[in-house]
Amino acid sequence: MSGGPGIEVALAGSLGGFRLDARFVAPAKGITALFGPSGCGKTSVLRCIAGLQRLDGTCRVAGETWQDGRVFLPPHRRAVGYVFQEASLFPHMSVRGNLLYSSRGRVLPAAPGRIGFDEAVDLLGLGRLMERATHNLSGGERQRVAVGRALLSQPRLLLMDEPLSALDRQTRDEILPFLERLHDTLEIPAVYVTHDISEVERLADHLVLMRSGRVEAAGPLGDIQADTALPLARQRDAAVSLEAVVAGYDGRYGLVRLEVEGGSFLVPSPTGHPEGTRARLRIGAGEVSLAREAPRSTSILNLVPARIRSARPIDDREMILVLGLGAEGGGATLLARVTRMSWDHLGLEPGMAVVAQVKSAALSLR
Amino acid sequence: MAVRLTVQLAAMTTAILLVVGTPVAWWLARSKAWYKEAVAAVVALPLVLPPTVLGFYLLIALGPSGPGGALASLWGARTLAFTFEGLVIGSVVYSLPFVVQPIRNAFEAMGERPLEVASTLRASPWRAFWTVAVPLARPGFLTGAVLGFAHTVGEFGVVLMIGGNIPGETKVLSVAIYDFVETLRWREANIVAAGMVVFAFAVILAMALIEKRMRRVGK
Repeated sequence: MSGGPGIEVALAGSLGGFRLDARFVAPAKGITALFGPSGCGKTSVLRCIAGLQRLDGTCRVAGETWQDGRVFLPPHRRAVGYVFQEASLFPHMSVRGNLLYSSRGRVLPAAPGRIGFDEAVDLLGLGRLMERATHNLSGGERQRVAVGRALLSQPRLLLMDEPLSALDRQTRDEILPFLERLHDTLEIPAVYVTHDISEVERLADHLVLMRSGRVEAAGPLGDIQADTALPLARQRDAAVSLEAVVAGYDGRYGLVRLEVEGGSFLVPSPTGHPEGTRARLRIGAGEVSLAREAPRSTSILNLVPARIRSARPIDDREMILVLGLGAEGGGATLLARVTRMSWDHLGLEPGMAVVAQVKSAALSLR
Repeated sequence: MAVRLTVQLAAMTTAILLVVGTPVAWWLARSKAWYKEAVAAVVALPLVLPPTVLGFYLLIALGPSGPGGALASLWGARTLAFTFEGLVIGSVVYSLPFVVQPIRNAFEAMGERPLEVASTLRASPWRAFWTVAVPLARPGFLTGAVLGFAHTVGEFGVVLMIGGNIPGETKVLSVAIYDFVETLRWREANIVAAGMVVFAFAVILAMALIEKRMRRVGK
């Protein structure tokens, strides 16, 4: 993560009777997810950053002050790209007209620090759509055009307001790979509003948790996911997202070997991925079980040495454990959900060396 | 001659109304001022007032002792009443609601979103207005222009009050019919009247067809 100035937001005030107090900083690169239940004020925060709505406070992006006590730049003077929940394409223009609106119809080539037209078209797969009218595009195509249009306004910050929530499951799965590619290539920071944790797990690097108008916690994704004091780690579908590198592929069984810090995992994959590519591996807390020593015969392929860092009861039946991979426990962080019965029977305690068992079939690589 | 004069008056009035009415409609559609509805009511007054009332006040305003007279003195005339210019001013006031209302509706129907999108794409409010708001409100402009034109062609009371019946200057078609009837020239009255019926029918039909087509292309 680069050390340059990132995003600094401190906004407070009342919007239609709703009290909002949002303060957080986000790094200058990568995607920051604003995550929380509907109606917690995420969208309002995003609109304030864009200048579409006004609250008292400060907003600084990439070393530029967009708002403070004296300054309030109107939206068109902020170098922002905004993707709305509904694509909101201009109905009186073609796809090309929409994409080129911010450059007044000119096609700009790629240049350092600038997103070129061909590059954006390529990244989002818009080539075939170019001369189409916007009203006969599918929902997914519309949203891709909207993302391209926002990128081509040469923003220094990309804002996305639940860009997938108006789409059906299938369309969402069809767009997510585009957003993942965007995540890998994007040079500018992005703030991504969502109430869907699976989008956070796949796209975010940094996470801001919001609840009823306030920021509950903010930090790198992994830290927040594994903080058992926060509600996220205590939920049934709690999980961690691990940054992994592809270390090999067994074509006979269709299994990829993924290297993470302190261990490696076998994950089924129909296609196989070239060695050395980066991938993101999601491991749910419910998919991890523990053993004191490695069992001799088991169907579970992933038996990774780890150490228990901490444990916390969720209720009177279950516990949530934070594990560090590797014999010394200094590697990547994993969450494991175990019953209190197992905890007692195995005599587990913080600091203890264990074997984390993860069924390969429960994992998937996208 | 009356036909040419009528078309000239209606065309000029419509052109002026589009220029004057658009900012009024924009303001009415987007302002949050508490007195907005009061302004809207003033604009809508000609819909309800008897044309003679409107004509009476316009006559005073345009006459030698009103602001119209002061304006006329700039080029050495005494009054704007009973002149073509006076008729244009009167028609603009009289037809204003017919132009403002459809344009205002179109601006309101468009909503805030397209303008927000434009602003996040670096468009100044001025550019957003011309490249987004006006094209999206096109059906409203068309309806407003047609209604303004047709309504000016059909006005009678106001014209009679402030323009009288001066051939080549203020004698428009609707007044001409009145004149024909007064002088018992039924045949001529019949021709003009039938022409107006056909014109009105054509306008309404054209408008309905255009709106239908635009709706299909629009969304």
